[in-house]
Amino acid sequence: MKKDIILAGVGGQGILTIATIIGDAAAVAGLSLKQAEVHGMSQRGGDVQSNLRLSTETIHSDLIKQGTADLIISMEPMEALRYVQYLHENGSVVTSSHPFKNIPNYPEEQDIAAELAALPHTVSLPIDDIAKTNSLPKSANVILLGMAAKFIEILSPEQLRESIARVFARKGEEVVKANQRAFDLGLAAV
Amino acid sequence: MRDKDKNDKTLSYMIERKLLLGDEAVALGAVHAGISGVYAYPGTPSTEITEYIQVHAPEVRSRWCTNEKTAMEAALGMSYAGKRALVCMKHVGMNVAADAFVNSAITGVNGGVVVLAADDPSMHSSQNEQDSRFYGKFAMIPILEPSTQQEAYDIMPYAFSLSEELKLPVLLRVVTRLAHSRAGVAVGQAQPQNPLHLDNERTHWVLLPGNARRQYASLVEKQPRLLASSEKSPYNKSVLRKQKSKLGIIACGIAYNYIMENQSQENAFPVLKISQYPIPETLIKELASQCESLLIAEDGQPLVEEQVKSLLGSNYPIKGRLTGDLPRMGELTPDSVGEALGIKQATTFAAAQHIVARPPALCQGCGHRDVYDALNKVAAEYEDARIFGDIGCYTLGALPPFRSIDSCVDMGASITMAKGAADAGAHPSIAVIGDSTFTHSGMTGLLDAINDHSPITVIISDNLTTAMTGGQDSAGTNKFEAICLGLGVEPEHLHVVVPLPKNMEEITNILRQEIEYKGVSVIIPRRECMQTLKRKLRNKK
Repeated sequence: MKKDIILAGVGGQGILTIATIIGDAAAVAGLSLKQAEVHGMSQRGGDVQSNLRLSTETIHSDLIKQGTADLIISMEPMEALRYVQYLHENGSVVTSSHPFKNIPNYPEEQDIAAELAALPHTVSLPIDDIAKTNSLPKSANVILLGMAAKFIEILSPEQLRESIARVFARKGEEVVKANQRAFDLGLAAV
Repeated sequence: MRDKDKNDKTLSYMIERKLLLGDEAVALGAVHAGISGVYAYPGTPSTEITEYIQVHAPEVRSRWCTNEKTAMEAALGMSYAGKRALVCMKHVGMNVAADAFVNSAITGVNGGVVVLAADDPSMHSSQNEQDSRFYGKFAMIPILEPSTQQEAYDIMPYAFSLSEELKLPVLLRVVTRLAHSRAGVAVGQAQPQNPLHLDNERTHWVLLPGNARRQYASLVEKQPRLLASSEKSPYNKSVLRKQKSKLGIIACGIAYNYIMENQSQENAFPVLKISQYPIPETLIKELASQCESLLIAEDGQPLVEEQVKSLLGSNYPIKGRLTGDLPRMGELTPDSVGEALGIKQATTFAAAQHIVARPPALCQGCGHRDVYDALNKVAAEYEDARIFGDIGCYTLGALPPFRSIDSCVDMGASITMAKGAADAGAHPSIAVIGDSTFTHSGMTGLLDAINDHSPITVIISDNLTTAMTGGQDSAGTNKFEAICLGLGVEPEHLHVVVPLPKNMEEITNILRQEIEYKGVSVIIPRRECMQTLKRKLRNKK
């Protein structure tokens, strides 16, 4: 079994934290893993993405082939669209519906929403609003991970939840609890 | 029996699995190979190697160097004293280190030296995609190019042993996709560092022409040993050998992964994986004899393709980047390699209609923003103002909304290009350079301008760190006024300002006044980088 995931967003939105949590869970579960990250110039508010590959078999390429990604997880709707050529014809997209507008020529929001809706399996939720109403302003990315959890399949939501405890342990019990609550909110929302 | 059981148990206990970036695997491999020092200037995608060693191996000397040349020379000094040293840089850093690098092959080494060059095909964060393997060939030394994170770790002790065995530096080449990709790596234990053992062979190290000729002859004589080492290298291996095939593949470094990703039962080609150079000629001829044609898959420039062409003669059909079977530029991908193999690709969705580029930008509140606001204001008052830029976060001043700079070429070129343009009559001729870039390669150019009394205005935009690569220490922090005065900038034409909107009038007035001065002026806008400031505040909490 394999799961090829593209994580997308804007520099600073916390997609590498999502990658770290999934990566930790995969390592503990004994899965093969490769995760190509973007460092450097692109982190200054530009588009960022990470190719995350999980498998029970050996993984060769650090990059995902076009038309084969099982899942796109995106912190931003236009950034989700940027990688549709990589999506498998039955693949899923889990994205925040909240646009991040740091450019003057951002497209019309309804056009982006329509393109996302035309894909076979799209889940789009206003995670920033969910984060705010639940007083979890710093955990929008973990809410998104919760939303995606059922689609990751090769790891169970419980395995991901345990990994959150390990990844945030250094920051104290309160931070762990807040992030697990964020994860549960995302999980329940889908 | 009991002892054996105990040993087995200890062994399995000693091997640990870690999730590591390619860069981190190199770093840990080097530490476990017993290095005593790592010498480096930050540069994407190589920076994380030195950072990892700084955090995880306090017993290793690891302070950032002023530039790649000083790094290479310090490593050579450590080698002279008998210990192992690692030098790390991005590919364009090789250009800066080249004098020391090429001559280190002439002197040879005592303690092992591994020079790591992190190439950036597709120019994710660079101004070109030069292939560092050419430097290794040029210097006539062994080159290693791991394919995976595991190999990046495993190859380090091998690289240092090879260096000490051949008494030559070894070039280790990685590319962005290996450097910045994470995978599980089985790691072992550290071996001890070499003891101090000073070299006594002055005829090796004093490269007067008489000695240099002998040393070069010895380097030429070593070449068959380099080739023999490649032929039997555990890192050069054949897959599906002896199987007759229409097409055979030579896959170098990371390209091997893309080939294997495309291998399947119905598409199984014989492959020669190359991770050690010079190219293993016998292995290549062996593969060629069982195949009707060869595809050369290598990330970067067609170095192996050209060599294999000359090895096999012009009648043997070879496909690669030169023939257009693989793209001539940019990094390889599993898609481009699959296409070159003629493998049917998965159906894909059409590219989305409603996406636009999202370029990186200077952070909100960044001091460089205020510098460019001031420069734009003053430059607009002249018909032909030119602002020569340099390498760093502030290169983003080329993009909207600022569009301030007219050039960005290489580390330090802002000052020297401003001088040359001023020599030609351009006015105002302004240079913008960051603090770390100034000490890396700007100081010497400033001295040229001072000695020639060039009418240029130099802005050293000081944010107290090497920001672009993530906030490493900057070599000249707290020393810039002293450096400028020492080089000969006149005290009345050296100004320090705080780049904030409330100081805009003061800054623009100083700019106007210094542009009119017909000699070298230096203005230092100084305010801490927003990223390092935020990190400090977070850590305080």
